[in-house]
Amino acid sequence: MTDETTAVSISSGSVRSGEPLLSVRGVSKYFPGGGSGLLGRRGKPIKAVDGVTFSLDQGQTLGLVGESGCGKSTTGRVISKLLEPTSGEIRFDGRDIAGLKPREMKSYRSQIQMIFQDPFSSLNPRHTIGTIVGAPFRIQGVKTEHGIKAEVQGMMERVGLNPEHYNRYPHEFSGGQRQRIGIARALALRPKLIVCDEPVSALDVSVQAQVVNLLEDLQQEFGVAFVFIAHDLSVVRHIADRVAVMYLGKIMEIADRDTLYSEPLHPYTHALMSAVPVPDPRKERRRERILLTGDLPSPSNPPTGCVFHTRCQKFREELTDVQRDRCRTELPVLTEKTPGHEVYCHFPAPRAGLTDLLKTGVPA
Amino acid sequence: MTTPLSAPTLRGGGTSRAFLEVKDLRVHFPTADGLVKSVDGLSFELERGEILGIVGESGSGKSVTSLAILGLHKGSNARVTGEIWLDGREIVGATEDEVRDLRGSEMGMIFQDPLSSLHPFYSVGAQISEAYLVHTKVSKKDAKAEAIRMLEKVGIPNAPSRYNDYPHQFSGGMRQRAMIAMALICQPQLLIADEPTTALDVTVQAQILELIKELHDELNSAVILITHDLGVVAETCDKVLVMYGGQCVEMGPVDELFYAPEMPYTWGLLRSMPRMDRDRQTRLTPIPGSPPSLINVPSGCVFNTRCPFTDRVDGDRCRTVHPNLEQGPTPGHAVRCHIPAAQRQEIWRTEISPSL
Repeated sequence: MTDETTAVSISSGSVRSGEPLLSVRGVSKYFPGGGSGLLGRRGKPIKAVDGVTFSLDQGQTLGLVGESGCGKSTTGRVISKLLEPTSGEIRFDGRDIAGLKPREMKSYRSQIQMIFQDPFSSLNPRHTIGTIVGAPFRIQGVKTEHGIKAEVQGMMERVGLNPEHYNRYPHEFSGGQRQRIGIARALALRPKLIVCDEPVSALDVSVQAQVVNLLEDLQQEFGVAFVFIAHDLSVVRHIADRVAVMYLGKIMEIADRDTLYSEPLHPYTHALMSAVPVPDPRKERRRERILLTGDLPSPSNPPTGCVFHTRCQKFREELTDVQRDRCRTELPVLTEKTPGHEVYCHFPAPRAGLTDLLKTGVPA
Repeated sequence: MTTPLSAPTLRGGGTSRAFLEVKDLRVHFPTADGLVKSVDGLSFELERGEILGIVGESGSGKSVTSLAILGLHKGSNARVTGEIWLDGREIVGATEDEVRDLRGSEMGMIFQDPLSSLHPFYSVGAQISEAYLVHTKVSKKDAKAEAIRMLEKVGIPNAPSRYNDYPHQFSGGMRQRAMIAMALICQPQLLIADEPTTALDVTVQAQILELIKELHDELNSAVILITHDLGVVAETCDKVLVMYGGQCVEMGPVDELFYAPEMPYTWGLLRSMPRMDRDRQTRLTPIPGSPPSLINVPSGCVFNTRCPFTDRVDGDRCRTVHPNLEQGPTPGHAVRCHIPAAQRQEIWRTEISPSL
């Protein structure tokens, strides 16, 4: 594809060799505390994202996993500046974009795009596919060689849609197809980074596989980097190069994919992995399940010390009183256990039973 | 202990039926675009104490089936034919009032999204009490006590005070637990759970499935678990029924379905799932195409338009002849496919299983 389609240039932003495409440092997003109707409750901020640090290289995929309320979606929106960060640094393509005003961000918007979870609400039902996928060109004022329609139809074909459906409306497509439209729209201007917020969670299993394959193919072809936000550990394992596990606004563990799935060290990662059902009845019958007790604490009132200690099985069953005091009072620091493998825990350790299950090979 | 209002009638015809018996169930919806054949000839049996998993994708007919068992199509324009026998009572032919009696007392149901299944204007406790009061002659005070007991049983802390909370004040997992409490308060013998954990986080899902299993053990009830997640099936179910295009395409004990499946659609489902317990594949193998329209169901075998193995069958049979559900060598394992059994097993052994 010719470079004439990208008419916007980003000044002084060329990535120096060695610097990651995206570098997020200490990013936080606090929302003003909502009053629950009772006096005196206002003012306590909701710490949706609290000091998140990670980096992503060009053409790579970072998986961001966690459960509801962990802050992964908010993190995705802060990176793409749909939400302004409360604090921290977001270095994209060599420049800190955290503090950029919306007008200054415009030139970056062609380079950072998003794909959303719900294929039904993320497309304007009153616009045709042609309008939806062509919008980025019009908004960014990009000149094209053969006209916007030709570009759009080329993109539609590339994502597996029939270009003749250019004038159809979203409701005429299935969920999987609508997701493809969202992908075509995100890729229209050949961005360097796409934040995918649960792109396959709402799709049927067989369609999920199609869309995951498509994203991988497109990454190969266009060299685009993904931040892939999901709660499904099996899907993330398939597509990510590096994986970060989030809980209550913080990263609990971050590592290369193979390392995380074979030697996880954080008790929350252990709980997550032990909870994923595996389509193998014999293994399931033998499995140890680490059940988390209780509910997620409120992000406006996170536990002191390690935010996970209130639900941590290790805390409950394996630590001494002295050790527990540390968990209750002292904030862990994201420490590197092995190169590239960082854990936020006072007592990180592998869990034998779990990793045996995950070991590949012929089942018993 | 609660006593259902209506006593069970004589077992039909003197033959001993399974606790739940579905025979040639068909649910068709006439629409402006044509007749939607959501369920088209479904038969299965379930005994007390068994957990059956019904697996299928969108449009396979699995939810419509559960609604038919609950008699929830009565009063709608659905055409329901066939027989559904629950503990000796026939449901398809029963009146709305008769079935309403059974719902809650003999059959409990949990839906996918607890937020839309609970009334937002009434406290959770009141809704659970109501379920109890409808089927049992007790005072409101006793009903409240029983509701609180159930809330505790399903693991909701501070049950007496949570009784007065509204659905929006509960987290997703807690709401689902409240739904389970409501479904089980009259100790029904049959529990139908339609995608009970799809909207929940994986750790919460693990808790809810544990809870369903515990309560099932305690009541020795029959459970139908409807899901698209094969992992959940492997974790919880004794028997599995795979639905496609409104029909059962394979059915059998859970071990058979995972270690010796014989239907290409089942293979397709197993192959298209990324899984944590195997070597990472470089590419997932999706089932090409999408689920069929239930108005224009493909002729012959429902799956033939997406099946990569139609060439293993002589002539045109996959496209023209509708295969019957046939018993395989293992008891309880039935398959609907034209490929000869020996060949199917061969394909599984040599082509499918190694690639998983």
